[in-house]
Amino acid sequence: MEPGQATDEPALSLAGLRRDYGERTALDGIGFELARGETLLVLGPNGAGKTTLLRILATLLRPSGGEVRALGCSIPAETWKLRGRIGFLGHEPLLYRDLSGRENLRFHARLHGMRGADGEARIDELLAAVGMERRAEGRVAELSAGMRQRLAIARCVLHRPELLLLDEPDSNLDAAGRELARALIGPSEGRTRVIVSHDPERFEAEADQVLRLEAGGKGAFR
Amino acid sequence: MTPSRIAFATILAKDLRAELRTLQSLPAMALFATTTFVIFRFGLDRTSLSGSLASGVLWATLLFAALLGVNRLFVSEREEGGFDAIRLAPIDRSALFAAKATALFVYLMVLELVVVPIFALFFLGSAAALLPLALVLLLANLGIAATGTLISSMAVHSRARDLLGPLVLLPLVVPLMIAATGASEPLLALGGPGYHRFGTWLAVLSLYDLIFLLVGYAVFDFLLED
Repeated sequence: MEPGQATDEPALSLAGLRRDYGERTALDGIGFELARGETLLVLGPNGAGKTTLLRILATLLRPSGGEVRALGCSIPAETWKLRGRIGFLGHEPLLYRDLSGRENLRFHARLHGMRGADGEARIDELLAAVGMERRAEGRVAELSAGMRQRLAIARCVLHRPELLLLDEPDSNLDAAGRELARALIGPSEGRTRVIVSHDPERFEAEADQVLRLEAGGKGAFR
Repeated sequence: MTPSRIAFATILAKDLRAELRTLQSLPAMALFATTTFVIFRFGLDRTSLSGSLASGVLWATLLFAALLGVNRLFVSEREEGGFDAIRLAPIDRSALFAAKATALFVYLMVLELVVVPIFALFFLGSAAALLPLALVLLLANLGIAATGTLISSMAVHSRARDLLGPLVLLPLVVPLMIAATGASEPLLALGGPGYHRFGTWLAVLSLYDLIFLLVGYAVFDFLLED
């Protein structure tokens, strides 16, 4: 069965996930299933492993143990099949400071196979969607943290990913920015989301499941 | 999967554009090399060099100037999340190795366009050796670019990256330097360029380049894994 065509298989399926950093265990025995189109909210104190979980799902970290499947593919065995299908918004905006916002989006677009007029149209659309069309030609280094976050959100959804992994998506955003972001990374038909946030009230209404991680890397659903 | 040639061109264009805007590597490399030639000029108290001495001065200077470029090669990827961006993209990650090696090769060519004439002005009686020397420079640059990119990508994640890079790279380029100086020595002889064993040394350089380009292509994907 080809990835992306398995509509019955959950978007995410984890069993006994463990991640160690040397002798320290960041995640210990995490397991859950998330159906396609659902939203999982991940809560927990600092150091509980929220970002580690997100980075494993994004294929940026290898699990130390357990089974992880995302969009019908096994991590890490079939990681290469997942590239281009995941939108990741981490603590870093993944933008080159010496390039403009537009140049950064063009860079990411080309790496995801979006070129020419279609690619430029998509970039224009997203720059307007995040309210950055007038600041798109300035170097990223000259932008405020909130503007960089808006560009990072645009970068995250540029290639229309099936799975969104969002670490503190409202970070540094003003009220207008949060509204614009919601239109791009909010609930959407068929798109699965995992959101890490320290603001449960903001996202709980959208969440189909809530996973609370504890210090030591164990998790519980509520 | 995005074709490798598109990924390669995209990453290379990004690097060259950033370097043109910030000039973080090339001016430092050129200034270092020029200053070193000046130091040799007055330190050796010679108005002309030839043979093995000229070859040694030239290649020692170029190698240490190249280290400045090698150390900065992956800085933006480390500090600005470029590694994550590239690992998230549906591309063959060897395109990153090819693009970075090509960028470093370009920096070395530009460096030598500036400083080799300065070297000739300071130490050589004529420019007759420069044309055949260009072939040696080309092949040596390829080897430094391949090896430097490989080592830089490993060292960039270390806290002692500025020390680790040169410590690991310098022993690896010893064969390259032996071949480059061996090829250059007769070219820079007092009576005009000679070609004693020139072909042999070019073959050694080519073999070194081939080996490290293949090694880099083969292992680079694993180096990006966390």
